Amino acid sequence: MPKAESNKFVYDGVPGTHQWYDGTQHPWEFKRVWHLEPSLTDPDTVYAGVEDAALFRSTDGGKSWHELSGLRDHETGPKWQPGAGGMCLHTIVLDPSNPERIFIAISAAGAFRTDDGGKTWRPINRGLRSEHIPDPTAEVGHCVHRIAMHPKRPNTLFMQKHWDVMRSDDAGDSWHEVSGNLPSDFGFPIDIHAHEPDTIYVVPIKSDSEHFPPDGKLRVYRSRTGGNKWEELTKGLPQSDCYVNVLRDAMAVDSLDPCGVYFGTTGGQVYASADAGDNWAHIVRDLPAVLSVEVQTLP
Amino acid sequence: MIRILLPHHLRQLARVNGEIEIQVEAPVTQTTILDALETNFPMLRGTIRDQVTQERRALVRFFACGEDISHQPPKTSLPDAIATGAEPFFIMGAIAGG
Repeated sequence: MPKAESNKFVYDGVPGTHQWYDGTQHPWEFKRVWHLEPSLTDPDTVYAGVEDAALFRSTDGGKSWHELSGLRDHETGPKWQPGAGGMCLHTIVLDPSNPERIFIAISAAGAFRTDDGGKTWRPINRGLRSEHIPDPTAEVGHCVHRIAMHPKRPNTLFMQKHWDVMRSDDAGDSWHEVSGNLPSDFGFPIDIHAHEPDTIYVVPIKSDSEHFPPDGKLRVYRSRTGGNKWEELTKGLPQSDCYVNVLRDAMAVDSLDPCGVYFGTTGGQVYASADAGDNWAHIVRDLPAVLSVEVQTLP
Repeated sequence: MIRILLPHHLRQLARVNGEIEIQVEAPVTQTTILDALETNFPMLRGTIRDQVTQERRALVRFFACGEDISHQPPKTSLPDAIATGAEPFFIMGAIAGG
Protein backbone atom coordinates (compact mmCIF):
# COMPACT_ATOMS: atom_id res chain seq x y z
CA MET A 1 0.00 0.00 0.00
CA PRO A 2 1.30 3.52 -0.75
CA LYS A 3 2.10 5.47 2.39
CA ALA A 4 1.30 9.15 2.84
CA GLU A 5 4.39 11.26 3.56
CA SER A 6 5.34 14.91 3.70
CA ASN A 7 4.19 16.57 0.50
CA LYS A 8 2.85 13.20 -0.64
CA PHE A 9 -0.86 12.97 -1.16
CA VAL A 10 -2.33 9.53 -1.75
CA TYR A 11 -6.04 9.00 -2.29
CA ASP A 12 -7.77 6.48 -0.04
CA GLY A 13 -8.50 3.14 -1.70
CA VAL A 14 -9.25 2.89 -5.40
CA PRO A 15 -9.66 6.52 -6.53
CA GLY A 16 -12.50 5.89 -9.01
CA THR A 17 -13.57 8.29 -11.73
CA HIS A 18 -15.14 11.72 -12.23
CA GLN A 19 -16.54 13.43 -15.28
CA TRP A 20 -14.06 14.74 -17.85
CA TYR A 21 -14.51 17.86 -20.00
CA ASP A 22 -16.17 15.84 -22.75
CA GLY A 23 -18.60 14.07 -20.44
CA THR A 24 -16.73 10.76 -20.29
CA GLN A 25 -15.45 9.31 -17.03
CA HIS A 26 -11.82 9.99 -16.10
CA PRO A 27 -9.67 8.57 -13.29
CA TRP A 28 -8.98 10.70 -10.23
CA GLU A 29 -5.33 11.85 -10.45
CA PHE A 30 -3.44 13.95 -7.92
CA LYS A 31 -1.96 17.05 -9.57
CA ARG A 32 -1.26 19.75 -6.98
CA VAL A 33 -2.27 21.44 -3.75
CA TRP A 34 -4.46 24.51 -4.21
CA HIS A 35 -5.07 25.67 -0.67
CA LEU A 36 -3.79 25.09 2.88
CA GLU A 37 -6.02 25.95 5.84
CA PRO A 38 -4.56 25.77 9.35
CA SER A 39 -6.73 24.45 12.16
CA LEU A 40 -8.26 27.15 14.34
CA THR A 41 -7.20 25.36 17.52
CA ASP A 42 -4.32 22.93 16.95
CA PRO A 43 -1.00 24.22 15.51
CA ASP A 44 -0.08 20.76 14.17
CA THR A 45 -3.32 20.28 12.24
CA VAL A 46 -3.72 21.66 8.75
CA TYR A 47 -6.11 20.92 5.90
CA ALA A 48 -5.13 20.78 2.21
CA GLY A 49 -7.46 21.15 -0.74
CA VAL A 50 -6.04 19.47 -3.82
CA GLU A 51 -6.58 18.84 -7.52
CA ASP A 52 -8.15 16.44 -8.54
CA ALA A 53 -10.60 17.49 -5.88
CA ALA A 54 -10.08 15.99 -2.46
CA LEU A 55 -9.54 17.14 1.11
CA PHE A 56 -6.50 16.01 3.11
CA ARG A 57 -5.59 16.60 6.74
CA SER A 58 -2.28 16.50 8.53
CA THR A 59 -2.17 16.25 12.32
CA ASP A 60 1.63 16.24 12.56
CA GLY A 61 2.50 19.63 11.13
CA GLY A 62 2.51 18.46 7.51
CA LYS A 63 4.77 15.43 7.92
CA SER A 64 2.04 13.12 6.69
CA TRP A 65 -1.29 13.64 4.99
CA HIS A 66 -4.45 11.56 5.10
CA GLU A 67 -7.49 11.98 2.94
CA LEU A 68 -10.94 12.73 4.37
CA SER A 69 -12.31 10.46 1.69
CA GLY A 70 -15.95 10.71 2.70
CA LEU A 71 -16.05 13.83 0.52
CA ARG A 72 -14.71 12.27 -2.66
CA ASP A 73 -16.77 9.16 -2.02
CA HIS A 74 -19.97 11.21 -2.09
CA GLU A 75 -22.50 9.63 -4.46
CA THR A 76 -22.28 12.66 -6.76
CA GLY A 77 -18.48 12.23 -7.22
CA PRO A 78 -18.77 10.68 -10.71
CA LYS A 79 -20.68 13.84 -11.80
CA TRP A 80 -18.00 16.31 -10.67
CA GLN A 81 -16.12 17.90 -13.55
CA PRO A 82 -13.14 20.22 -13.94
CA GLY A 83 -13.34 23.89 -14.75
CA ALA A 84 -10.73 25.26 -17.13
CA GLY A 85 -8.39 25.62 -14.16
CA GLY A 86 -8.73 21.94 -13.33
CA MET A 87 -10.93 20.09 -10.85
CA CYS A 88 -9.65 21.74 -7.73
CA LEU A 89 -10.74 21.92 -4.11
CA HIS A 90 -9.77 25.54 -3.52
CA THR A 91 -11.77 26.76 -0.53
CA ILE A 92 -11.78 25.41 3.02
CA VAL A 93 -13.75 27.29 5.67
CA LEU A 94 -13.63 26.09 9.29
CA ASP A 95 -16.50 26.96 11.64
CA PRO A 96 -15.10 28.53 14.83
CA SER A 97 -18.31 27.74 16.73
CA ASN A 98 -18.48 24.08 15.73
CA PRO A 99 -15.27 22.05 15.28
CA GLU A 100 -17.22 19.29 13.51
CA ARG A 101 -18.38 21.62 10.74
CA ILE A 102 -16.28 22.38 7.63
CA PHE A 103 -17.29 24.02 4.36
CA ILE A 104 -15.39 23.37 1.15
CA ALA A 105 -15.81 24.38 -2.48
CA ILE A 106 -14.78 22.62 -5.68
CA SER A 107 -14.63 23.85 -9.27
CA ALA A 108 -16.81 22.67 -10.80
CA ALA A 109 -18.80 20.60 -8.37
CA GLY A 110 -19.96 23.28 -5.96
CA ALA A 111 -20.01 23.73 -2.19
CA PHE A 112 -20.18 20.94 0.39
CA ARG A 113 -20.51 20.80 4.17
CA THR A 114 -19.65 18.26 6.81
CA ASP A 115 -21.17 18.32 10.30
CA ASP A 116 -19.25 15.33 11.63
CA GLY A 117 -15.62 16.39 11.27
CA GLY A 118 -15.26 15.25 7.68
CA LYS A 119 -16.70 11.73 7.76
CA THR A 120 -19.79 12.54 5.69
CA TRP A 121 -20.57 15.43 3.38
CA ARG A 122 -23.51 16.88 1.55
CA PRO A 123 -23.78 19.35 -1.32
CA ILE A 124 -25.04 22.80 -0.25
CA ASN A 125 -25.90 24.37 -3.59
CA ARG A 126 -29.65 25.07 -3.30
CA GLY A 127 -30.41 28.50 -4.74
CA LEU A 128 -27.38 28.57 -7.05
CA ARG A 129 -28.22 29.01 -10.70
CA SER A 130 -25.61 28.37 -13.41
CA GLU A 131 -26.86 29.00 -16.92
CA HIS A 132 -23.83 27.38 -18.54
CA ILE A 133 -24.56 23.85 -17.29
CA PRO A 134 -27.26 21.54 -18.65
CA ASP A 135 -29.43 21.76 -15.53
CA PRO A 136 -28.92 25.29 -14.14
CA THR A 137 -30.17 24.32 -10.66
CA ALA A 138 -28.48 20.91 -10.43
CA GLU A 139 -27.40 19.54 -7.06
CA VAL A 140 -23.75 19.61 -8.20
CA GLY A 141 -21.81 21.04 -11.14
CA HIS A 142 -21.65 24.70 -10.08
CA CYS A 143 -18.39 26.57 -10.49
CA VAL A 144 -18.02 28.13 -7.05
CA HIS A 145 -14.98 30.41 -6.98
CA ARG A 146 -14.68 31.37 -3.32
CA ILE A 147 -16.60 31.36 -0.02
CA ALA A 148 -16.05 33.71 2.94
CA MET A 149 -17.36 33.58 6.50
CA HIS A 150 -17.06 36.09 9.35
CA PRO A 151 -16.04 34.23 12.53
CA LYS A 152 -18.64 36.06 14.61
CA ARG A 153 -21.48 34.95 12.32
CA PRO A 154 -20.62 31.44 11.15
CA ASN A 155 -24.04 30.65 9.67
CA THR A 156 -23.73 33.49 7.15
CA LEU A 157 -21.64 32.72 4.09
CA PHE A 158 -20.79 34.86 1.10
CA MET A 159 -19.88 33.28 -2.23
CA GLN A 160 -18.34 34.53 -5.44
CA LYS A 161 -19.53 32.10 -8.07
CA HIS A 162 -18.45 31.80 -11.72
CA TRP A 163 -21.20 34.34 -12.27
CA ASP A 164 -23.22 35.80 -9.33
CA VAL A 165 -22.36 36.89 -5.81
CA MET A 166 -24.45 34.82 -3.40
CA ARG A 167 -25.33 34.84 0.30
CA SER A 168 -26.54 32.17 2.70
CA ASP A 169 -27.85 32.78 6.21
CA ASP A 170 -28.39 29.13 7.07
CA ALA A 171 -24.90 27.66 6.77
CA GLY A 172 -25.29 26.97 3.08
CA ASP A 173 -28.67 25.20 3.19
CA SER A 174 -29.98 27.86 0.80
CA TRP A 175 -28.47 30.74 -1.15
CA HIS A 176 -29.79 33.95 -2.66
CA GLU A 177 -28.15 36.36 -5.04
CA VAL A 178 -26.75 39.67 -3.74
CA SER A 179 -24.96 40.90 -6.88
CA GLY A 180 -27.12 44.06 -6.88
CA ASN A 181 -25.52 46.97 -8.75
CA LEU A 182 -22.11 45.35 -9.46
CA PRO A 183 -20.84 46.21 -12.97
CA SER A 184 -20.16 42.49 -13.45
CA ASP A 185 -20.93 39.68 -11.04
CA PHE A 186 -18.13 37.52 -12.42
CA GLY A 187 -14.98 37.39 -10.29
CA PHE A 188 -12.81 35.25 -8.09
CA PRO A 189 -12.09 36.52 -4.54
CA ILE A 190 -14.55 37.56 -1.86
CA ASP A 191 -13.65 38.66 1.66
CA ILE A 192 -15.21 40.18 4.76
CA HIS A 193 -14.20 43.14 6.95
CA ALA A 194 -12.57 41.95 10.18
CA HIS A 195 -15.00 43.83 12.45
CA GLU A 196 -18.11 44.33 10.33
CA PRO A 197 -19.74 41.04 9.27
CA ASP A 198 -21.92 42.85 6.71
CA THR A 199 -19.04 44.62 4.96
CA ILE A 200 -17.81 42.51 2.07
CA TYR A 201 -15.37 43.00 -0.79
CA VAL A 202 -15.24 41.65 -4.35
CA VAL A 203 -13.25 42.51 -7.48
CA PRO A 204 -15.52 42.31 -10.55
CA ILE A 205 -14.00 40.89 -13.72
CA LYS A 206 -15.58 41.48 -17.11
CA SER A 207 -16.56 37.93 -18.01
CA ASP A 208 -15.54 34.29 -18.03
CA SER A 209 -13.68 34.79 -21.29
CA GLU A 210 -12.26 38.24 -20.46
CA HIS A 211 -10.41 38.00 -17.19
CA PHE A 212 -9.81 41.71 -16.61
CA PRO A 213 -11.72 44.52 -14.88
CA PRO A 214 -14.60 46.15 -16.80
CA ASP A 215 -13.40 49.19 -18.82
CA GLY A 216 -9.78 48.49 -17.83
CA LYS A 217 -10.44 50.12 -14.42
CA LEU A 218 -9.25 48.17 -11.38
CA ARG A 219 -12.02 48.63 -8.85
CA VAL A 220 -12.73 46.87 -5.59
CA TYR A 221 -16.43 46.88 -4.73
CA ARG A 222 -17.53 47.11 -1.11
CA SER A 223 -20.96 46.41 0.28
CA ARG A 224 -21.74 47.60 3.79
CA THR A 225 -25.16 45.98 3.67
CA GLY A 226 -24.20 42.33 3.26
CA GLY A 227 -24.65 42.55 -0.48
CA ASN A 228 -27.03 44.10 -3.04
CA LYS A 229 -25.77 47.68 -2.56
CA TRP A 230 -22.17 48.10 -3.69
CA GLU A 231 -19.83 51.10 -3.84
CA GLU A 232 -16.76 51.28 -6.06
CA LEU A 233 -13.39 51.83 -4.42
CA THR A 234 -10.90 53.41 -6.79
CA LYS A 235 -8.57 55.79 -4.93
CA GLY A 236 -5.00 54.70 -5.61
CA LEU A 237 -5.99 51.96 -8.05
CA PRO A 238 -5.27 52.23 -11.80
CA GLN A 239 -8.33 53.63 -13.58
CA SER A 240 -7.29 53.14 -17.19
CA ASP A 241 -5.71 50.43 -19.33
CA CYS A 242 -5.52 47.91 -16.50
CA TYR A 243 -5.99 44.33 -17.66
CA VAL A 244 -5.00 42.23 -14.65
CA ASN A 245 -7.04 39.65 -12.80
CA VAL A 246 -7.29 39.03 -9.06
CA LEU A 247 -7.28 35.32 -8.26
CA ARG A 248 -9.50 33.64 -5.68
CA ASP A 249 -6.90 33.29 -2.92
CA ALA A 250 -5.29 36.67 -3.52
CA MET A 251 -7.32 38.84 -1.13
CA ALA A 252 -7.00 39.11 2.64
CA VAL A 253 -7.90 41.34 5.57
CA ASP A 254 -5.96 42.08 8.76
CA SER A 255 -7.32 42.36 12.29
CA LEU A 256 -6.43 46.01 12.89
CA ASP A 257 -8.95 48.78 13.45
CA PRO A 258 -9.61 50.25 10.96
CA CYS A 259 -9.42 47.04 8.99
CA GLY A 260 -6.64 46.63 6.42
CA VAL A 261 -7.50 45.04 3.08
CA TYR A 262 -4.96 43.54 0.68
CA PHE A 263 -5.06 41.96 -2.76
CA GLY A 264 -2.59 40.79 -5.38
CA THR A 265 -2.94 40.76 -9.16
CA THR A 266 -1.88 38.54 -12.02
CA GLY A 267 0.30 41.51 -13.08
CA GLY A 268 2.42 41.11 -9.96
CA GLN A 269 1.24 44.06 -7.88
CA VAL A 270 0.03 43.81 -4.29
CA TYR A 271 -2.26 46.64 -3.22
CA ALA A 272 -3.07 47.52 0.39
CA SER A 273 -5.65 49.73 2.04
CA ALA A 274 -5.20 50.73 5.67
CA ASP A 275 -8.70 52.21 5.88
CA ALA A 276 -11.08 49.41 4.92
CA GLY A 277 -10.78 50.12 1.20
CA ASP A 278 -11.20 53.90 1.00
CA ASN A 279 -7.60 54.48 -0.15
CA TRP A 280 -5.16 52.08 -1.81
CA ALA A 281 -1.46 51.98 -2.60
CA HIS A 282 0.71 49.29 -4.09
CA ILE A 283 3.13 47.86 -1.56
CA VAL A 284 4.86 45.45 -3.97
CA ARG A 285 5.11 45.38 -7.74
CA ASP A 286 6.78 43.35 -10.50
CA LEU A 287 6.17 39.99 -8.85
CA PRO A 288 5.06 36.99 -10.87
CA ALA A 289 1.28 36.53 -10.97
CA VAL A 290 0.09 36.65 -7.36
CA LEU A 291 -1.71 33.43 -6.45
CA SER A 292 -2.21 33.98 -2.75
CA VAL A 293 -2.16 36.81 -0.22
CA GLU A 294 -2.11 36.12 3.51
CA VAL A 295 -1.86 38.67 6.30
CA GLN A 296 -0.36 38.24 9.71
CA THR A 297 -0.97 40.96 12.28
CA LEU A 298 1.98 41.16 14.66
CA PRO A 299 1.42 42.19 18.27
CA MET B 1 -37.09 26.61 -36.53
CA ILE B 2 -34.36 25.05 -34.44
CA ARG B 3 -33.40 26.79 -31.21
CA ILE B 4 -29.70 26.75 -30.35
CA LEU B 5 -27.99 27.84 -27.14
CA LEU B 6 -24.31 28.66 -27.49
CA PRO B 7 -21.78 28.95 -24.65
CA HIS B 8 -20.91 32.50 -23.62
CA HIS B 9 -17.58 32.65 -25.49
CA LEU B 10 -19.16 31.61 -28.77
CA ARG B 11 -22.07 34.03 -28.33
CA GLN B 12 -19.49 36.81 -28.19
CA LEU B 13 -17.74 35.49 -31.27
CA ALA B 14 -21.03 35.21 -33.13
CA ARG B 15 -22.20 38.57 -31.75
CA VAL B 16 -25.52 37.21 -30.51
CA ASN B 17 -27.36 37.37 -27.21
CA GLY B 18 -29.43 34.51 -25.87
CA GLU B 19 -30.83 31.85 -28.18
CA ILE B 20 -30.28 31.54 -31.91
CA GLU B 21 -33.11 30.36 -34.16
CA ILE B 22 -32.24 28.91 -37.56
CA GLN B 23 -33.95 26.91 -40.27
CA VAL B 24 -32.65 23.34 -40.60
CA GLU B 25 -33.80 20.99 -43.34
CA ALA B 26 -34.84 17.48 -42.24
CA PRO B 27 -33.43 15.21 -41.04
CA VAL B 28 -32.48 17.20 -37.96
CA THR B 29 -29.18 15.82 -36.66
CA GLN B 30 -26.08 17.21 -34.97
CA THR B 31 -24.51 17.42 -38.43
CA THR B 32 -27.36 19.29 -40.12
CA ILE B 33 -27.74 21.68 -37.19
CA LEU B 34 -24.02 22.50 -37.18
CA ASP B 35 -23.96 22.81 -40.97
CA ALA B 36 -26.77 25.36 -40.81
CA LEU B 37 -25.23 27.13 -37.82
CA GLU B 38 -21.87 27.50 -39.58
CA THR B 39 -23.57 28.72 -42.75
CA ASN B 40 -25.39 31.43 -40.80
CA PHE B 41 -22.44 32.24 -38.54
CA PRO B 42 -19.24 31.50 -40.49
CA MET B 43 -17.11 32.80 -37.63
CA LEU B 44 -18.08 29.70 -35.68
CA ARG B 45 -16.42 27.35 -38.18
CA GLY B 46 -13.70 25.37 -36.48
CA THR B 47 -14.80 26.28 -32.97
CA ILE B 48 -17.39 23.58 -32.31
CA ARG B 49 -15.97 20.88 -34.58
CA ASP B 50 -12.74 20.42 -36.49
CA GLN B 51 -13.05 22.00 -39.93
CA VAL B 52 -11.35 19.08 -41.68
CA THR B 53 -12.44 15.97 -39.78
CA GLN B 54 -15.81 17.44 -38.66
CA GLU B 55 -15.20 15.86 -35.24
CA ARG B 56 -16.61 17.58 -32.17
CA ARG B 57 -14.00 19.56 -30.22
CA ALA B 58 -13.08 17.73 -27.02
CA LEU B 59 -14.14 20.61 -24.74
CA VAL B 60 -17.55 21.04 -26.37
CA ARG B 61 -20.61 18.98 -25.49
CA PHE B 62 -24.11 18.70 -26.93
CA PHE B 63 -27.31 18.28 -24.92
CA ALA B 64 -30.83 17.59 -26.16
CA CYS B 65 -33.83 17.38 -23.82
CA GLY B 66 -31.52 17.17 -20.80
CA GLU B 67 -29.52 14.29 -22.26
CA ASP B 68 -25.83 14.37 -23.14
CA ILE B 69 -25.73 13.36 -26.79
CA SER B 70 -22.09 14.34 -27.38
CA HIS B 71 -21.05 10.77 -28.01
CA GLN B 72 -23.92 9.79 -30.30
CA PRO B 73 -23.08 9.38 -34.01
CA PRO B 74 -23.50 12.91 -35.42
CA LYS B 75 -25.96 11.82 -38.09
CA THR B 76 -28.41 10.30 -35.57
CA SER B 77 -31.85 11.92 -35.81
CA LEU B 78 -32.56 14.15 -32.83
CA PRO B 79 -35.78 14.07 -30.77
CA ASP B 80 -38.91 15.71 -32.22
CA ALA B 81 -38.77 18.32 -29.45
CA ILE B 82 -35.52 19.61 -30.95
CA ALA B 83 -36.81 19.39 -34.54
CA THR B 84 -39.96 21.36 -33.67
CA GLY B 85 -38.16 23.94 -31.56
CA ALA B 86 -39.97 22.94 -28.37
CA GLU B 87 -36.57 22.33 -26.75
CA PRO B 88 -33.23 24.02 -27.58
CA PHE B 89 -30.15 22.24 -28.86
CA PHE B 90 -27.67 23.06 -26.10
CA ILE B 91 -23.99 23.48 -26.98
CA MET B 92 -21.95 23.57 -23.79
CA GLY B 93 -18.33 24.56 -23.34
CA ALA B 94 -15.99 23.50 -20.57
CA ILE B 95 -16.28 26.01 -17.75
CA ALA B 96 -13.59 28.65 -18.13
CA GLY B 97 -11.82 30.17 -15.22
CA GLY B 98 -13.06 27.80 -12.55
